[in-house]
Amino acid sequence: MTGSKQALAQPASGSGAAPGIPPGASRAVRGRGAPAGAGSWRSRLYRWDTKASPYAFVAPFFLLFGAFSLVPLLYTAWYSLHRVQLSALDHQSWAGLDNYENLLSSDFFWNALKNTFTIGVISTVPQLLAAIGLAHLLNYRLRGSTVWRVVMLTPYATSVAAATLVFTLLYAWDGGVINWFLHFFGVGPVNWRESGWGSQFAVSSIVIWRWTGYNALIYLAAMQAIPVDLYESAALDGANRWQQFRHVTIPQLRPTVLFTVIVSTIGATQLFGEPLLFGGVSGSKGGSEHQYQTLGLYLYDQGWIIGNLGKASAIAWSMFLILLVIAAVNLLLTRRLGRTR
Amino acid sequence: MRTSIRRSQRLMALAAVAALTTALLAGCASDSDDGSSNDSAGNGGRTTLTVGTFGVFGYQQAGLYDEYMKLHPDISIKENVTTRTDVYWPKVLTRLQAGSGTDDIEAIEVGNITEAVQTQADKFVDLGKSVDTSQWLGWKLAQATTKDGKTIALGTDIGPMAICYRKDLFKKAGLETDRNKLAAEWKGDWAKYVDVGKQYMKNAPRGTTFVDSASSVYNAALGGAGERYYDQDGQVVWDRSPGVKSAWSVAMSVATTGMSAKLKQFDKPWDQGFANGTFATVACPAWMIGYIEQKSGGSGKGNWDVAAAPTAANWGGSFLGVPTASKHRKEAIALAKWLTAPEQQAKVFAKQASFPSTPSAYPGLKPAADTTAYFSDAPITQIFSAAAKTIPTQYFGIKDQPINSAITDVGILQVEQKGKSPAQGWDAAKNEIKDVLGR
Repeated sequence: MTGSKQALAQPASGSGAAPGIPPGASRAVRGRGAPAGAGSWRSRLYRWDTKASPYAFVAPFFLLFGAFSLVPLLYTAWYSLHRVQLSALDHQSWAGLDNYENLLSSDFFWNALKNTFTIGVISTVPQLLAAIGLAHLLNYRLRGSTVWRVVMLTPYATSVAAATLVFTLLYAWDGGVINWFLHFFGVGPVNWRESGWGSQFAVSSIVIWRWTGYNALIYLAAMQAIPVDLYESAALDGANRWQQFRHVTIPQLRPTVLFTVIVSTIGATQLFGEPLLFGGVSGSKGGSEHQYQTLGLYLYDQGWIIGNLGKASAIAWSMFLILLVIAAVNLLLTRRLGRTR
Repeated sequence: MRTSIRRSQRLMALAAVAALTTALLAGCASDSDDGSSNDSAGNGGRTTLTVGTFGVFGYQQAGLYDEYMKLHPDISIKENVTTRTDVYWPKVLTRLQAGSGTDDIEAIEVGNITEAVQTQADKFVDLGKSVDTSQWLGWKLAQATTKDGKTIALGTDIGPMAICYRKDLFKKAGLETDRNKLAAEWKGDWAKYVDVGKQYMKNAPRGTTFVDSASSVYNAALGGAGERYYDQDGQVVWDRSPGVKSAWSVAMSVATTGMSAKLKQFDKPWDQGFANGTFATVACPAWMIGYIEQKSGGSGKGNWDVAAAPTAANWGGSFLGVPTASKHRKEAIALAKWLTAPEQQAKVFAKQASFPSTPSAYPGLKPAADTTAYFSDAPITQIFSAAAKTIPTQYFGIKDQPINSAITDVGILQVEQKGKSPAQGWDAAKNEIKDVLGR
């Protein structure tokens, strides 16, 4: 039990060692040789090395983060408080919170927020459920298991553009395979792109198709770290496979599930490529009634198509704040889950 | 125990490799999507000029770069093509304002030319001084000229409009097939064209409709109006512009009478519509001729014909400007001048069917032989040049494109595809435009 936990934690702590002092480093320095003399130049160099080196090693990331994330983030905040047009970046006038007020009173913003949420739910939930089921199946001894696992990853490896193009053709209103298939069940042709739920379902299906295998692989990795003796003792107790899955696999998988939920939620909040390409020529509108316009698309439409950079920046910051809230909720949930265990 | 850990690590590694590969693939994909550069140099020129274009300009295809490099051995030319205009233009705007990273020559689409003239004029070289401006059609020149007479870009192609129609389908529907008689039948008013459509729908061959989309009829009708969304002083007048109103009502009569195939132009299903011959007419600017030939393929050969449009209208066309940030300004001006000269425009027409904006090129225009045969030997060049000379000067506005897509992609589409009433469609467009204008 403890062994397996360590195994699971191993990759995590390896990559997430940033906070705190890396234990290995200090130990290594201490062990490398006793300081020759308290005041000697060599020992000062040693001490300096011990103190400064870690900063030098982590610096590249933080410098890049500053240049490509922090500065743009703050600059976007600055823009969001101004009236700025893409065609006149040098003519900015102070707008205060106008852009945000404008946003909060805009139907398009609330609509995009709602769409982001609904598409997020109908893509994330089935996706993760399917992934866990698939992972469970793949966890059995299968002939050619590597082949199955690689196949699982192929949707993830295809580009969004290629995948969406195929799906757009499948969902075509006139002559698409899906409508052709439905007609055998007496269902008339659905205009997938223009109907409300239809279009959201279509966009979600692209997301599900692309990411299920990826999540399944993560679950599979976690499942393989569950000690076999747990299953063996469960089997001895007379648990069938379904009971084993429910009472052994699922509880052991809890941290992994939480991780995938967080990652998928962030992904869903930023959903952009699939609806944009699904919309075809004027994709940034997300349909004639904005029925699948997500926050990402609304941001793109305002900023790069219409050219209202100030408002687009306000949308960007709103999205950022929403993600912070989601992260906070997740943190709370994690804590609560941790306590109950 | 041990093995399971190792296996999970191997899986992690597999996942990591896959993630990296995807990132690489994605990188490649987006590269070819918005920045595939096309190096046509290679003869050791000393000065490298870069030309920024979107879509297909045809200079490469017509061999113009090679020709220019042969004439000027010290120059080599590199074209940076961006496929989509909506990706290309924001990029150019930000680079112009940053004062770096622009190409030596930047192409500008007609929908963006007013924005360039009104907000970026100081970032472009005044080309009016280096060329004989009388070569160009008056309205084309006017679009690229500021109020104080500075010409920031030179006209390349234009989009004079005609109606391309399927003779075979017209015949089956029991309609007139002669291009001159048809043109006479709808001359002067797009509403008459809609009337022909009503006749067509009475006996329409199974599975076909009269037009591809209501939006295309809207764009065609609006392209011949004197006033679009802005007046001459740059004020937004879209909701009282007579041009917009009449184009809207024509589009509505198309959208509500079932004569439209309800397609979206340049979408995949639209291409399939050409291939399967599911619509009988399409308002075709000159640049669409080649597109139709390519997408309709063998089945359309000799079945397509071209007739004059109800009103002389323009749709599309571009300009070439030289940013002041160009490092080789003198050479760039010379190249822009040469590329837009009548002789070169005629060469591009022969290859790409992009119609020249310089009338002196018209008498000698020769479409490719197979194009003429494809369109039933229609006198394509005559039809288009006659239209080109009578197109009114249109004033575009800074937000012309977003306003236009609000009307076509929201207003018209809701009526056409969702069965909303024209009034509801108009209100939806109005809401959208309010959002566009930020009021």
